[in-house]
Amino acid sequence: MRVSVDPDRCCSSGQCVAAVPEVFDQSEDDGVVLLIQSRPPAELWFAVRTAAGICPARAISVQEP
Amino acid sequence: MTAVEPTDAITFPAARGGGCPFAPPPAYQEALEQRPITRISLWDGSRAWLVTRHEDVRAVMGDRRFSADARNSGFPFLSNGRRELAVENPSFIRMDDPEHARFRRMLTGDFIIKRVEALRPEVQRIVDGFLDSMTAHHPPADLVAEFALPVPSLVICMLLGVPYQDHAYFQERSRILLHNHSPADQVRRARDELFDYLEELAERKEREPDDRIISRLVARGDLTRAEVAGMSLLLLVAGHETTANMTALSTLALLRDPAQLARLREDPALIKGAVEELLRFLSIVQSGTVRVAVETAEVGGTTIEAGEGVVCMLSTANRDDSVFAAPDRLDVGRDARRHVAFGFGVHQCLGQPLARLELQIALETLIRRLPGLRLAVPVEQVRFRTDTVVYGVEELPVAW
Repeated sequence: MRVSVDPDRCCSSGQCVAAVPEVFDQSEDDGVVLLIQSRPPAELWFAVRTAAGICPARAISVQEP
Repeated sequence: MTAVEPTDAITFPAARGGGCPFAPPPAYQEALEQRPITRISLWDGSRAWLVTRHEDVRAVMGDRRFSADARNSGFPFLSNGRRELAVENPSFIRMDDPEHARFRRMLTGDFIIKRVEALRPEVQRIVDGFLDSMTAHHPPADLVAEFALPVPSLVICMLLGVPYQDHAYFQERSRILLHNHSPADQVRRARDELFDYLEELAERKEREPDDRIISRLVARGDLTRAEVAGMSLLLLVAGHETTANMTALSTLALLRDPAQLARLREDPALIKGAVEELLRFLSIVQSGTVRVAVETAEVGGTTIEAGEGVVCMLSTANRDDSVFAAPDRLDVGRDARRHVAFGFGVHQCLGQPLARLELQIALETLIRRLPGLRLAVPVEQVRFRTDTVVYGVEELPVAW
């Protein structure tokens, strides 16, 4: 799985951080998404898919082979 | 799909049914099942589209062709009060990007998960304090007045830097703003008084700065005093009305469903998921959220023309059985995170991490500390707030 984020679309809802803090973080200034790891281990895939699905700004893309 | 005849339009807002007090109005439920995008007729005689399905609500709210800016022609106003608030000095909730993003991003830093989580001990102290006061006297007590309302009210005052002793002043006025039948002149007066109050407060922060939100907005130097007041008003009203009503309604929903309450009591670790499920099940923003098409767009097979208004019904989207199995059942163990109770798209609730924290702490503490918590009146005597933007109860008499 390969994860990417679009900070320009992000509206700082924080839902990705709540769902998978191992993969997503937020900027201290304006809460915009920061990607901790773009190739998360398989045990986090389900949570990453959830995060991408609930992101209100559709700022998270997940590529799966 | 062909346009439905005007006589088929649902009169909006529709009344709730006589069954479960938490179920959306039957007319909206029927729309969800039979004609998920349908015509509605508003209080001022204008017409708009009602969007009821989860997928369609997310599509509209995530699409920039649907504007939140009430200065666009055709914008659907759900009441006098909403029109008054949306047109003159609108806050960023009634703007589109990039204008909206500019203001929103001045505040998002205050609501990041880490910063909100750091408030946990303070919010716990506030929750315990109001619960101590409530239980210091003999039951019954009104859970709304003594617990559900003061907790979020004190928390948002603390974050904004608004003196909590003024709470009666802004609570009375914010209720006028959110009531569907408030006369226009009353709404205007309440709005002006709140604006004056917050502008004066902003002026005071220029002389006596602190580290709270209003003071920091003033210190930026790139906002007018009216802009600071408008942003503060939005946070102040949204920050206590919604959480207060959610706390009281959640308590009532759990008291009416002893099996779910028992599950939560036995396994407090369920609280985070339970709050998501209660947000879904109760969907307290009963007015839905409004947009106007600024370009012609197709949604769920229906063509919505530029200039037509749209009301996204969050409560039916949250009971769409293609997303939530057995949606009419409260199930504190389900994963309800796909709910749209906070809206969807770039306008999704800015304060949602704070709302979650407050609800988790308030409900967990209430359940843990008051094992004998019960309604002090027959449920038929509980008065619901039906003619308001936010659903709730007027009072919730409880014993313990």
